[in-house]
Amino acid sequence: MSTINIIKDRARQLGADQLDALQPIRTAALASFDKLGVPAVKHEEWKYTRVSQLFNQAYQIGADTATSDLNWQAFRLPEFETANELVFINGVYNAAASTVRSAGLVVLPLQDAAQGEYASIVSKHLGHSAQYLNDGINALNTSFLVGSVFIGVNRSTEIEHPIYIYNINDGRKENVFAQPRTLVHVAENAGVVLVETYGSIGSADHFTNQVVEVVVEQDARIEYYKIQNDSARSSQVSTTHFRQVGKSYVHAVTISLNGAMVRNNLNMVMEAEYCESNMYGLYFTSDSCHIDNHTIVDNVKPHCLSNEFYKGILDGSSTGVFNGKIFVRQDAQKINAFQSNKNILLSDTASVYTKPQLEIFADDVKCSHGCTIGRLDEEGLFYLRSRGITEAIARSLLLHSFAIDILEQVKPDAIRAYIDQLISERLGS
Amino acid sequence: MLQIKDLQAGIEGKEILKGINLTIQPGEVHAIMGPNGSGKSTLAAVLAGRSDYEVTGGSVEFLGKDLLDLSPEARAGEGLFLAFQYPVEIPGLSTINFMKTAVNEVRKYRGEPTLDAAEFLKLMKEKMNLVNIDKNLLTRSLNEGFSGGEKKRNEVFQMAMLEPRLAILDETDSGLDIDAIRIAAAGVNAVRSKENATLVITHYQRLLDYIIPDFVHVLYNGRIVKSGGKELALELEETGYSFLKNEMNIA
Ligand SMILES: Nc1ncnc2c1ncn2[C@@H]1O[C@H](COP(=O)(O)OP(=O)(O)OP(=O)(O)O)[C@@H](O)[C@H]1O
Ligand SMILES: [Mg+2]
Repeated sequence: MSTINIIKDRARQLGADQLDALQPIRTAALASFDKLGVPAVKHEEWKYTRVSQLFNQAYQIGADTATSDLNWQAFRLPEFETANELVFINGVYNAAASTVRSAGLVVLPLQDAAQGEYASIVSKHLGHSAQYLNDGINALNTSFLVGSVFIGVNRSTEIEHPIYIYNINDGRKENVFAQPRTLVHVAENAGVVLVETYGSIGSADHFTNQVVEVVVEQDARIEYYKIQNDSARSSQVSTTHFRQVGKSYVHAVTISLNGAMVRNNLNMVMEAEYCESNMYGLYFTSDSCHIDNHTIVDNVKPHCLSNEFYKGILDGSSTGVFNGKIFVRQDAQKINAFQSNKNILLSDTASVYTKPQLEIFADDVKCSHGCTIGRLDEEGLFYLRSRGITEAIARSLLLHSFAIDILEQVKPDAIRAYIDQLISERLGS
Repeated sequence: MLQIKDLQAGIEGKEILKGINLTIQPGEVHAIMGPNGSGKSTLAAVLAGRSDYEVTGGSVEFLGKDLLDLSPEARAGEGLFLAFQYPVEIPGLSTINFMKTAVNEVRKYRGEPTLDAAEFLKLMKEKMNLVNIDKNLLTRSLNEGFSGGEKKRNEVFQMAMLEPRLAILDETDSGLDIDAIRIAAAGVNAVRSKENATLVITHYQRLLDYIIPDFVHVLYNGRIVKSGGKELALELEETGYSFLKNEMNIA
């Protein structure tokens, strides 16, 4: 039986086993996955990212593993002692390993949230990303919804410590297919910092298909950091979908330093006036690493501001993809949307595909976009070397300088220092 | 300390330097003048080790070493410094961080102990005062958005920090206001000693009022066509380069 059929069987079986409030949603998503299938290369949005080839091998699917002898702690982020820590193992939330500390922060199994106090939020927002990602991969995640989590930030609360989300895969015995799913609700006038990171244990192949949906209410603020520095045997499709339903602020930074095939979907749906969203990204790839950042900004309402800035450094025979879509709906007058993507190719065998896509239906808007692909600045290199700096150090200084304006967008000092350290290690300095 | 013999160099098959001969002794100040495009910056770049230029003949000895055999960083380590005519902008790198790395790399090259943060700061303060440069400038991205004069000041500051044996100043005076020229010259003169030498590339006598040269050379069409004492610069200021055409025609 093919991997895809095994996965479908498993989804059907889950449907029979788990008679919870999410069941109709799973069933509908499975039907949709049946119809859409896994995106092939001819699918415009998946042209460069051959996700279908990840389905050519067998996986252990979302299975529970004992955490007792699993060293997930190796992936802990700095200052974890005071942070809220949510641990997913093979895509399944592990409450025992997790710690929720901060007042005003609610973490519930998604199926429980779907029937209590948060039922209307779940029914209104869960699965909203499917409207923007009309492909089988998104539906596949929704067809499982096992060990999914609801994160609620209560009204008018500034969550004192960040939330760290660890997506851990245990591939010590078999290949792992993991599908973590989270719905985050940031209530009126609340603020929160969320950091996601990924870690694979064991030498098997890992495939994570993640969907995170975030609802941001009036006057709410969220900083969201995604740090991808997983092994060369770990692939992932990682979707983060923001829905700004009130005037609110989103600041998202995606740092991708390693992985096999990585596809990020970052969506900003700005459904209220005067929303602000920032999207920053840095990808620094080598060997045969493939990193694809697809972003969508949907300006539904007037007076919004979006700022998007992605930078890439590509070495070895690695590949980078940047695809930035900006929609401006007819009503969305007086919006500002900026987009920029800059790349440095360090080798002849590295490649990058960059594409802005603007669809503007309003007439009084400010949109700008630009992309560059270049080599390391030879003039700069000579300038530094002429001051006595060795070529290797000069290179790493120049690359670090290139990356720094993205790095500076990581606001928590400890996390920024942590990422800076990872980058410095990569630069060999 | 520097012996340039019949140096020929070019780029992409185009011949620019057509046999330069120049000897500089410790303690001397030499000035090179000459019309636009005559090859002054090319000479400076070849000496500093810019690899786009191909050396097709001749030799350069610096403090007993074959200069052309050394990497740009080794040349700096040996004590060569070039103040660029067009300093490069490097977004994201502050002058302070740049110099912290440079000073310590040069010290490593010379087998000297590296400076810790406090020692570096002390050195930096001293040199900032010497060349009268604002600290704000040094914390900003290197040369990015600097005015023409600020870039040149920054070059002089870097020179002061690195204390070279031979400093080559490529039109460091252009873009500087009168006060800044005086300060830059003071910077040069402050590091001037019996062991050190300076090669000043300039179009104007003005700078040479403050950095008084022992020798003035005229570079024209890839060759040094005339050499003399400091009075040659004054003469050029009066007459311009029109004499070159006549002399060259005769030659
Ligand atoms: N990278 C290059 N590619 C092609 N030609 C070059 C290059 N660099 C220099 N040249 C040419 O070599 C000649 C000498 O240039 P150079 O910059 O050395 O002149 P210069 O004497 O410093 O002039 P200026 O007084 O204007 O600074 C010029 O004709 C210039 O166009
Ligand atoms: Mg010049």
